[in-house]
Amino acid sequence: MTRLLETQGLTAHYGDFQALFGIDMTIDAGETVAIIGSNGAGKSTFLRALTGLRPTAGQSVQFDGQSIAGLPAYRIHKLGLAMVPEGRRLFPSLTVEENLLIGAAGGRKGPWSLKSIYDLFPDLVAKKHNPGTALSGGQQQMVAIGRALMSNPKLVLCDEISLGLAPKIIKDIYQAVPQIRANGTSVLVVEQDVGQALAVATRVYCFMEGRVSLTGTPASLTRSQIAQAYFGLTEEAH
Amino acid sequence: MVWINAVLQGVLLGGLYALFAAGLSLMFGVMRFVNIAHGDFIVVGAYLILTFVISWGLNPIIGVALVLILMAAAGYLNQRFVLNRVLGKDILPPILVTFGLSIIVQNGLLELFSADSRKLPTGTWETSSLALTDQIAVGLLPFLMFLTAVGVIAAMQFVFYRSALGRMLRATSDDPEIVPLMGGNNARIFAIATALASLVVGIAGIWLAMKTNFDPAAGPARLLFAFEAVIIGGLGNIWGTLLGGIILGVAQTVGAQIDAGYQILAGHLVFLLLLVLRPKGLLPKVSH
Repeated sequence: MTRLLETQGLTAHYGDFQALFGIDMTIDAGETVAIIGSNGAGKSTFLRALTGLRPTAGQSVQFDGQSIAGLPAYRIHKLGLAMVPEGRRLFPSLTVEENLLIGAAGGRKGPWSLKSIYDLFPDLVAKKHNPGTALSGGQQQMVAIGRALMSNPKLVLCDEISLGLAPKIIKDIYQAVPQIRANGTSVLVVEQDVGQALAVATRVYCFMEGRVSLTGTPASLTRSQIAQAYFGLTEEAH
Repeated sequence: MVWINAVLQGVLLGGLYALFAAGLSLMFGVMRFVNIAHGDFIVVGAYLILTFVISWGLNPIIGVALVLILMAAAGYLNQRFVLNRVLGKDILPPILVTFGLSIIVQNGLLELFSADSRKLPTGTWETSSLALTDQIAVGLLPFLMFLTAVGVIAAMQFVFYRSALGRMLRATSDDPEIVPLMGGNNARIFAIATALASLVVGIAGIWLAMKTNFDPAAGPARLLFAFEAVIIGGLGNIWGTLLGGIILGVAQTVGAQIDAGYQILAGHLVFLLLLVLRPKGLLPKVSH
């Protein structure tokens, strides 16, 4: 397996506040990695640092064999790293199809096209000329995922894609992950829903207060290990 | 009949105001900032065409092409190297910088061209007219000016809603923070938007030169008319800008028909009235 992403000691600050205290993470091609952790653990900040929305100049971030630390976000995107931002962030004045087409503006070649996105999310076909924001939450999330895939990324980062959605919809959306992987795109999901993360991921990182508190394969982690890493508490024995 | 004539002339004059306003509308639409030097850039376009065609004796077609290329290139560079540096959450810095540019441009023009009022003679175009009925005729020049305005607005509408560039411009207008995650370079998109707007400013400047007298201090009044047309029509609606220009033009010519001294005042009064009645403009934001 080839190494797709590697960070060493990644830090991030918001003014005087330090949000990340040295994150080491690796993702190999073909993996689905999940980051779990409570609110404020630094999960979203970590994704923003990877995509270039947070400054990382001078740090160690390797993507697909080259350093991307400090590159502007649009350059990182063109190297094949796409993000489904938290809260979907569809463009309200664009139709569903235009939102998808914007994702392809970088011009990367690959298996994803309007047709393959519509195959992945058939619900979107009937809505393609609607404004992106006139859809249900789940459908909006499908557009946001499709928009990221349209750039034919090597790695797609999904930030809290289950937030605010009904369990059935979440299941529908997560059903797409194996198909995304089958098309050669690795996936990094950030999840507050631990069960969902363990079900979908090949490896899990747990963040707590800006540090990696636990990592391993879902099968190797016990509930109490996760609870401790998630909340920083030792689970009571009764 | 004089009233019908006044309205008709006002509609045609509105074409000029729509041309003034179109570039302003585009820049505000994409970047959410107001270029205070907009009117002065229009006047620069007017002096450029005057220089090329009268002083240098170039063929008018080549002169027009040169003005458009120069304006678009200057707009691109100005955005890329000056205005992009001051764009941000705070709306004040770009206003201050363009205010400064306005003063620099006015004084630069004064130095180069003196304070004399100038006009670009257009030969037989000035006296030709099209007879609509026995009693109403429209001048060829205002008529062509109006056609230009409609053409420019239609072209802008097409670019905005039917092209990949327009898609990116609208996306940037919606949410500039997310656009880089789609591979868009905001600095470059803004520069392209300003280049397009400056192209339209060049067209407006050429028509200003042919239609009216102008001098180095003529910019701020053009900016005011442009503002009024954009606000009347509704921010973010391109056809609304044409409508706004027409309403302003008609208000002025009808006002002038009542009393020649009321021309400018009538335009401002109608603007104020509409601001009270329809503060969001006549047409809604975003029409597909």
